[in-house]
Amino acid sequence: MAQVAATHHPEEHPTNTGLDNRKLAMWAFLGSECLFFGTFISTYLVYRNQSLVGPYPADVIDVPVTTVSTFVLLMSSFMMVMTLYSIRRGDNRGFRVWVLGTALLGSVFLGFQVFEFREFYVHYGLSPTTNLFGTSFFILTGFHGAHVTGGVIWLVSLFGQNLNGSLTQKDSLRVEIAGLYWHFVDIVWIIIFTLVYLLGANDAPPGAEASDGHAMFSQLVSQVPFV
Amino acid sequence: MQDDALKTADAPAHSHEEEGHHPTVRGYITIAIILGIITLIEFGVFYLEFNRLLFILVFIVLSGVKFAIVIMYYMHLKFDDILFSRLFLGGLAIAAAALFALLALFQLLGT
Repeated sequence: MAQVAATHHPEEHPTNTGLDNRKLAMWAFLGSECLFFGTFISTYLVYRNQSLVGPYPADVIDVPVTTVSTFVLLMSSFMMVMTLYSIRRGDNRGFRVWVLGTALLGSVFLGFQVFEFREFYVHYGLSPTTNLFGTSFFILTGFHGAHVTGGVIWLVSLFGQNLNGSLTQKDSLRVEIAGLYWHFVDIVWIIIFTLVYLLGANDAPPGAEASDGHAMFSQLVSQVPFV
Repeated sequence: MQDDALKTADAPAHSHEEEGHHPTVRGYITIAIILGIITLIEFGVFYLEFNRLLFILVFIVLSGVKFAIVIMYYMHLKFDDILFSRLFLGGLAIAAAALFALLALFQLLGT
């Protein structure tokens, strides 16, 4: 039997591919998650501009706020790679700082989302049952938020495991798998931010005018000399 | 001959050799800065007024670059086994095909 491994580790086991099954399973799962979010994104785009009643995206979407939350999520991805980097080097203190930082930024992102949902509902009366935009928007971003929530819980549990000694340098694969999930959540948001917020922020039925701060902000920016 | 194909999973013990292929801390920071800058550019472009088609193209290219950077360097797909790429990109390709099929079905392409 031609075993390729040069070093042995209690968690190592022979596989046909030479790859760890857990990591392979995570990548397969992420491939299926592409289909999961693909259907919601498709639905959002198909129903785009199909709402018969408002509020419309042009009325409610706040790009500056969402840009900040996008930046926060991107920086959490950086913290996640640093988390993996630390645990691979046996730096437990570094691991704890970075993993908590990642979870914290994930929570901040969720805070932005809760703020946005609340604004939409309280100030504009937009709920999942208001119109097609509300339904497709809340389903898409809500499921993404649920994924982020799951990720935050996962990261906090890794922190706890490291604290009680059941997660050490030799278990870095578990951190890597959590990291793959976290980065996936990040790339899904990259797509949502582009399609729903940047490209769809001005969506409104013909004749309807945006009535929110976005129009005012655009006006303000247009008055800046160098823009 | 299955036994011949058996190899030991690479996972938990990440050798220094493997680490050598991954970006360094400096590399990770550079990538984070690039991602931040692209997001800022997107925010700036949002308030510019120009051709709608070009507008769409710019955003798709910028988000595509961010997407690629994250999966290649933060998810280490560039350095990992090709099977991982196939699994992930296969799902992504099917999702993209379903998206375009639906848009075509509802006659939304090009609008």
